[in-house]
Amino acid sequence: MESAVRLRAAVTLLGRFPALAGVDLDITPGEIVLLKGPNGAGKTTLLRLCAGLCSLSTGQGWVLGHDLNSERRMVRRRVALLGHRTGLYDDLTVTENVSFWARAAGADSIDVDEAMERLSLTGRLADTRVARLSAGQRRRASIASLVVRRPELWLLDEPHAGLDQQTRDTVDALVRGAAAAGATVVLATHELERIAVLEPRVVSVVGGVVRADDDPADSESPDPSSEAEDDRRVS
Amino acid sequence: MFRDAWLIAGKDLRIEMRSRVGLNQIVPFAVTVLVLFAFALDTDQEALRTYAPGLFWVTVLLAALLAIGRSFAVDLADGAADRLLLSGIDPISVFGGKAAAIAVQLVVLEVLLGAGVVLLFDVTVHRYGLLVCAGLAAAAGVATAGTLYGALVAGLGVRETLLPLLLLPVVAPVLIGATRAFQDAFGVAGAEGWAWLGLLAGFAAIYGVFGAFSYGALLEEA
Repeated sequence: MESAVRLRAAVTLLGRFPALAGVDLDITPGEIVLLKGPNGAGKTTLLRLCAGLCSLSTGQGWVLGHDLNSERRMVRRRVALLGHRTGLYDDLTVTENVSFWARAAGADSIDVDEAMERLSLTGRLADTRVARLSAGQRRRASIASLVVRRPELWLLDEPHAGLDQQTRDTVDALVRGAAAAGATVVLATHELERIAVLEPRVVSVVGGVVRADDDPADSESPDPSSEAEDDRRVS
Repeated sequence: MFRDAWLIAGKDLRIEMRSRVGLNQIVPFAVTVLVLFAFALDTDQEALRTYAPGLFWVTVLLAALLAIGRSFAVDLADGAADRLLLSGIDPISVFGGKAAAIAVQLVVLEVLLGAGVVLLFDVTVHRYGLLVCAGLAAAAGVATAGTLYGALVAGLGVRETLLPLLLLPVVAPVLIGATRAFQDAFGVAGAEGWAWLGLLAGFAAIYGVFGAFSYGALLEEA
C-alpha cells in the first residue's frame, strides 16, 4: 500500500537552523498519528512540510504519492492544516469565511451548512464578524473552514487549544470520523491523555529527528529536554 | 480560472468595504495630499492648472501604495496567506483577483480625486474619452505592477518601507504616460494623449502577463 506520508532523511532549514535534521517517517493511509515532543522539537515544521508549505533542503519526501520536491502544489490541494493561526479574515462573517474557503476548494453550500452545524456555528454566531469572536469561537470557525475541504490528510497542530470541553469532543469525533472514512490524521499536541482515547500511533520528535514510537499516555512532564530544545533554536 | 479570480477579487473588495479603511483612511490621505499641493501653489492658479495632471497622478500613486500594502496585510494577518496556498487556487487567479480588486479601488479613488482636482485646481476637461481610458489603463498598470511587487515583499518584515522603494521607480512610466494623457485631456499642454495611452496599455499588458506567470514563484518565496 502506498504511504500517506513517506520521508527519507528529510532536512528542512529555517534560515540556517535545521528545524528537521534527517527525518525518516512512514504513515499509512487511515492512520491517526500523534507527534509528541517538547517545544521547538520540530513538530510544527514537520506538519508544514507534510502540507507542502515548507520545502525540503535535502532528503526526499512523498505525501499522498506526490513528491515534496516537485509536486508541492498537488499535495496542498489534498491536505488540510490547522495551525496556530486561524486563516480567517477578521472583517468577514463566519459564514462568509467558511463559504469562501469552501468555494476555493470547490465544495458546495451543503458542505458549508453541515460543517457549521457540526462546529455549533449557527444562529447569530454565523453572521458575526470574526473580529468579534472569542479565541475559542475563532478556532471553531477555522476548523469548520477545513472540514468543508474534505481533505485526505489532516494535519492538526494543537487542535484542542482554546476550545471548551464540548468542542474538544467534537474535534475528537471529527478525527475519528475522518480516519474511519479513510483519511489520515497527523496531530501534534501536548494533551497526551486526551489523545490516548483515539488510540494513535505515537511518534516522538526530538531535536528535529523522529525517535522510536512509544506509548501516547506517557507523560511529557517533567521534560528536561524542552529547555534544551528552545536553546537549540536560539543558539 | 476566472471563477477563482472573481472569488479572490470579491473577497478583497468585500473586506475593504467592511473595514472602510479605504474610505476612512486612504481617500482622506489622498485628498489631504491634493489639498497640500493646492496650498503650496495657490498663489499661481495658472501653475495649478498646468501641473494638475502630474499632482493628481503623484497623489494616486501614493494612495495606491497604501491600498496595495493593505491588500497583502489582510492575507498575512492571521495566516490566510498559507490557506490561500493550500486552497489549490491557481496563482494566476490569485494574481488576477488581487490586481482586479486593487484596480477597482484605484478607479474609485481616481473619480473622487478627479472631482477634487476640478474643484480645487479649476481645470476643465476637454476630452472625456481620453480621460476615462487613461484612468482605466493607468489603474490597471499600477494594480498589476503593485500586486507583483506586493507579493515580492509580502513575507518581509520591512515590507511597508520596501514596497515604495521598489514600486515607485517601476511605475514611473505610468506616472509620465498618465500625466501626459491627462494634460491632453485637460487641454493644458499639446501632448499626444492617445499615443501616451498606448504606453499605459502596453505597460498594463506587460505587467499583467509577467505577473500572472511569475506570481506562483513569488508566493512560494513569500
